[in-house]
Amino acid sequence: MSLAPKTSTLGLNTYKGNWMSLHAKHLLNRTLFGAKASDIEYFKSKGLSVSIDELLNVPSSAIPTPLNDYNSTTFTDPNVLSGKTWINDITTDGTINSYRRNSYKKWLINVWVRQERNIGEKLSLFWSNHFGTEADTIVYGSMIYNHHQIFRNNCVGNFKQMVRLVTTDAGMLRYLNGYVSTKAAPDENYGRELQELFTVGKEGGAKYMEEDVKNAAKVLTGWKIDANFNSVFDSTRHDTTNKTFSTFYKGTIITGKANANGALETDELLTMIFQKTEMAKYICRKLYKYFVYYYIDDNVENNIITPLSNIFIANNFEIKPVLKILLSSEHFYDTLYIGCQIKSPIDHVITFLRQYEITFPDAITDYADSYYLYNYMVNQVISMGQNPVDPPNVSGWPAYYQAPEYNEIWINADTLPKRNKFTDLMIETGYTRNGKKIIVNTIQFAKNICSNPSDPNVLIESLFSFLVSTEIAASLKASLKTQILLSGQTTDYYWTEAWNTYNSSPTTINFNIVNTRLKSLLKYIMNLPDYQLQ
Amino acid sequence: MERRKFIRNSLALVAPTMIGGNPIHILQDHPLLNTALLATSNTDKVLVIVQLNGGNDGLNTVIPLSNYANYNNARTNIALPETKVLKLMGNNATGIHPSMAAFQNMFTDGKLNIVQSVGYPQPSFSHFRATDIWMSGSDSDQYLNTGWAGRFLNYNYPDYPDAYPNNTNPDPIAIQIGSLSTLTCQGPAVNMALSISDPSSFYNLIEGTDATAANTNAGYELSFIRSIAKQTNQYTVRIKNASDSVTQQVAYPNNSLAAQLKIVARLIKGGLQTKVYMVNYGGFDTHAGQVVTTDTTTGTHANLLKVLSDSISAFQSDMTGLEIEDRVIGMTYSEFGRRIKSNASGGTDHGSAAPLFLFGKNVRGGVFGDNPAIPASATSNDNIPYQFDFRSVYNTILQNWFCVSATAEIEILLKQFPTIPLINASVCGIKDKNSVFAKEALIYNYPNPFTNMTKIEFKTSGGITSLQLLNGEGTVIQILVEANYSFAGTNSYNLYGAGLSSGVYYLRLQNIDKTFIKAIVKM
Repeated sequence: MSLAPKTSTLGLNTYKGNWMSLHAKHLLNRTLFGAKASDIEYFKSKGLSVSIDELLNVPSSAIPTPLNDYNSTTFTDPNVLSGKTWINDITTDGTINSYRRNSYKKWLINVWVRQERNIGEKLSLFWSNHFGTEADTIVYGSMIYNHHQIFRNNCVGNFKQMVRLVTTDAGMLRYLNGYVSTKAAPDENYGRELQELFTVGKEGGAKYMEEDVKNAAKVLTGWKIDANFNSVFDSTRHDTTNKTFSTFYKGTIITGKANANGALETDELLTMIFQKTEMAKYICRKLYKYFVYYYIDDNVENNIITPLSNIFIANNFEIKPVLKILLSSEHFYDTLYIGCQIKSPIDHVITFLRQYEITFPDAITDYADSYYLYNYMVNQVISMGQNPVDPPNVSGWPAYYQAPEYNEIWINADTLPKRNKFTDLMIETGYTRNGKKIIVNTIQFAKNICSNPSDPNVLIESLFSFLVSTEIAASLKASLKTQILLSGQTTDYYWTEAWNTYNSSPTTINFNIVNTRLKSLLKYIMNLPDYQLQ
Repeated sequence: MERRKFIRNSLALVAPTMIGGNPIHILQDHPLLNTALLATSNTDKVLVIVQLNGGNDGLNTVIPLSNYANYNNARTNIALPETKVLKLMGNNATGIHPSMAAFQNMFTDGKLNIVQSVGYPQPSFSHFRATDIWMSGSDSDQYLNTGWAGRFLNYNYPDYPDAYPNNTNPDPIAIQIGSLSTLTCQGPAVNMALSISDPSSFYNLIEGTDATAANTNAGYELSFIRSIAKQTNQYTVRIKNASDSVTQQVAYPNNSLAAQLKIVARLIKGGLQTKVYMVNYGGFDTHAGQVVTTDTTTGTHANLLKVLSDSISAFQSDMTGLEIEDRVIGMTYSEFGRRIKSNASGGTDHGSAAPLFLFGKNVRGGVFGDNPAIPASATSNDNIPYQFDFRSVYNTILQNWFCVSATAEIEILLKQFPTIPLINASVCGIKDKNSVFAKEALIYNYPNPFTNMTKIEFKTSGGITSLQLLNGEGTVIQILVEANYSFAGTNSYNLYGAGLSSGVYYLRLQNIDKTFIKAIVKM
């Protein structure tokens, strides 16, 4: 392979070129889980500036809460009725919580599929992955729900505030053992990951020392979880000695405090950490990798990361201004970066469901069937290597940090066929629960994405420009037209005739003539390696 | 359909092929697979299906010399001069297009036969629907979502694709070249054919080169995904090895059909155990300008037939040279023939029944069936009535080439169809009844033309006998007689003219595997 990753020399100046469908689609591919045809049309009409503002405006959400979908003939939740939410119920029962974790994952599918036209869910997933936790380890459903709500509620807000909330969040205290850390034996787990993974990182100039880990651990002693799953500060467990940090933190001393004031040391710790420019750079690099591309060389470091981190600092760690600059930049829209991301399994499945506008039964009134169908999607993404809210460890999914492969990790000889099998199945037979079938409606889809599906040339162009982001050889398009839409005929009219005949006389045979060919074409396109990119 | 059975069989642009159980294991190039199995596979029989897309003009392919005047009258602007039509050895009644000299030689060698007027009762004139009917083997008012060859292969390999490939079946069951997986090989659960839809990707595979990718980061990642896709294709190594093992082939003409057939020859010789290969060649939809008016033996249709004849002839020579001709036969088909009467733009419109060719050392040479009846003054709606149901040809291949039982035939073709002795009987040890030729006129009617009534006398040798009435467009409009006679003899039927508009009609008699067609005219 002679090709190698490349970087653009274009910087953070606002993109001034034409605002076309492909730009809107590129922006939506990175800020949503794929776009519907109507989304692309909508943002194309809005222009760059308005599009960015709308996408970064994440209203506090009225998403329905996850429900008890798990009562059955063999199991009944004693505290929560069928179809009611369990998020406020506190229980340590292992079986109940196991069901609730599954319920949460199914609910997530719904939340992602029904996402509105803003960056909220895509960005929340970024933060959930950045502050990696495993639901299996946190165990308790309500705690898991509250943990991830931090990211939903603060995704475009203030990063320092987010770190503060995460630091004393019950789920995180449980996941990284903070709740059992006492002055007698400070647990260093969170003190270490706070610096290594969540804030300053370990790249470049981030040279914090082991003593900084130990001292951070001491600062954080005293936080624990009460019987109601709230995090509380217990000053009797707090280490009240002075904590002296290394030269990396300029020898900062956090003075030990007694009683409730001990909790204030946590804020002082974050203030100290947030003075490090390495923190801002580290976060900006992670955002860049998630929204643009994983490859960062000196050019990107100097022309994108550094200025972006300055913006981050100047805006007192507000996230929105950083994303606004990045997503508006001429760098972001450079052809080099169009379609260069390999879809994660979640991207792959949710994007598919959104692109084809697959309709699920109502998530509230028909929760049993809808959750059952969501569960199929959960199993799909798990089989493709991404278990929602259960990444392998605190570092999150390796695809977002493991050099040099990064998102190539998602694709291997096991997962690629599964991805194809999923799209094939949703096209060919669909998936059925209680007579409720989710399947691609090929004809409606063709109408959604194409102004004139009766013209096979227009149809092929529309399908490719909607479904893939790479250039497809004209010879392949021509051959697909002839082989599939025209069944080997050389005259375009035969497809037009079949399409028009179906539309004027939708008999079973006329439907099958059109549907069979559309199914073959869609399956073919989605089996192309190109479809794995976004 | 079981989800695990649901696989994508495509090699397009190294798209993934085989999704069996999980995780996927790439079939390694195991030495056993390459020696023992390849050595024994030479006994397997292979069918090559050549699809001619567009509807080939049968009347200008196989010319009814015995009806030449009517033929010439019906299509003066495109008719081939009688003297230029190539003669067939031992047959004065029928000739073939002047550009098919290679076929003429194959016919002389006994390696080519012609089956006249192949079609079905209610012909469809839509390319798509007619293609689906031919591929699925359905009745014209029936929708089947499986293919005739798919049902055959599924009968032989009922558990495909679970745990395929394996030691016993290391190769694709069927291979489609030059097109996406078509209905022909669609089985009940999955398509049985590995489809090599983009010839360039196939050439890339056997040449070991990679497709190009854009000089962007997307291109970089695309190359990566393609490399994984290639590993995922479990048949890749087998196909490449089979192809590589053949280094000597005859010269093929330079056209896409020949290129496809050349690959097929390599794969068969190279030891793939694949049963069915499908290739195709398009452009037969000759509505206008199918001939050069100053010399009707030249032009679009002549070129198409030359490609067909030369390519198949090269393939047949290759089979001989590679010493595999005992194992291979081929069949051509097109979704329909074309109208008897040519149109004013020097072409022909969609028609119904048409001749097809079978080729190979093990086919029986000759012309099967009678020349189509051509009215003295054909109208633009007149079509050739079918003489043989296309599923009789399929059934013949199934029973006399692949040696499947009559019971299996029902399962595969869903009905019984008489066989035609197109294939050497020794192949499957079939007793050749060779009764298909109706040497004598089996139908007589008087008066003809008729107005009020015509009395039809028809001869049966006993057994199941049916007498159908077809209209001038070749569509069965009435079944006059359907009976199982205990004795041979002549029976009669009075056909009344009331309700029949004036024009040409056809009587079609089928007595077990014997067919006879007679044109009648209602005044």
